[in-house]
Amino acid sequence: MADKRTYEVVFIVDPDVADDEVMKLSEGVQKIITGQGGSITKTEMMGKRQLAYEINHKKNGTYVLLEVEGSGAEIAEVERRMRVNDQILRYMTIRVDEDRRRADKLRDRRARKAAKQPGNARAKKVPVDFRSDEEELAS
Amino acid sequence: MSSNYEDRDLGFEREYDRTMPRGPRRMMRRKICRFCMDKVDLIDFKDVKLLQSYVPERGKILPRRISGVCAAHQRMLAEAIKRARNIALLPYAAD
Repeated sequence: MADKRTYEVVFIVDPDVADDEVMKLSEGVQKIITGQGGSITKTEMMGKRQLAYEINHKKNGTYVLLEVEGSGAEIAEVERRMRVNDQILRYMTIRVDEDRRRADKLRDRRARKAAKQPGNARAKKVPVDFRSDEEELAS
Repeated sequence: MSSNYEDRDLGFEREYDRTMPRGPRRMMRRKICRFCMDKVDLIDFKDVKLLQSYVPERGKILPRRISGVCAAHQRMLAEAIKRARNIALLPYAAD
């Protein structure tokens, strides 16, 4: 439980809110996270874009993405604050560390496989079996 | 009788696509997973361009019997599409 987790927090701000206002909002969120013992590893302003469907009768929204490292307590706090903030149309938090770890494992396994048998696996296997037969005969 | 006609083409390599009317022999090329070819381990919900190619006009997730995506990648893809829907990057339903 005490291990570090990585989250991606995305939230959509009301398009009527000015850019510097959005920045302030984002900084406020980051302050909450650091105040709760988490750390910010990445921030990205994805800018204003059209929503695929209306939220609170708004057709556009400013997307902000944060990557957070922490225990999960700060996420709960941030989500509590965002829920009551009228300027934030929508928020979503996703835990990414597990998926990333799995992706790394898959990549490693592929790299190992490629290092072990370059080329076609089936074409390689036949001579290996053949040689072992010869060795058996010799002994 | 149309099949008789087609028999004359036997021996030729012919591409049958999905728009062909149903006939006695529908040889469809076995599709292979695009994500496996590109060695994708993680499908990001923010990659709207990629996801959109698996969401036809109506907004539904494209079944893998059509796209040819492998089961593992289809799971990842479905998850990413659902996440994208949640934050209004993709529609839940479009008309």
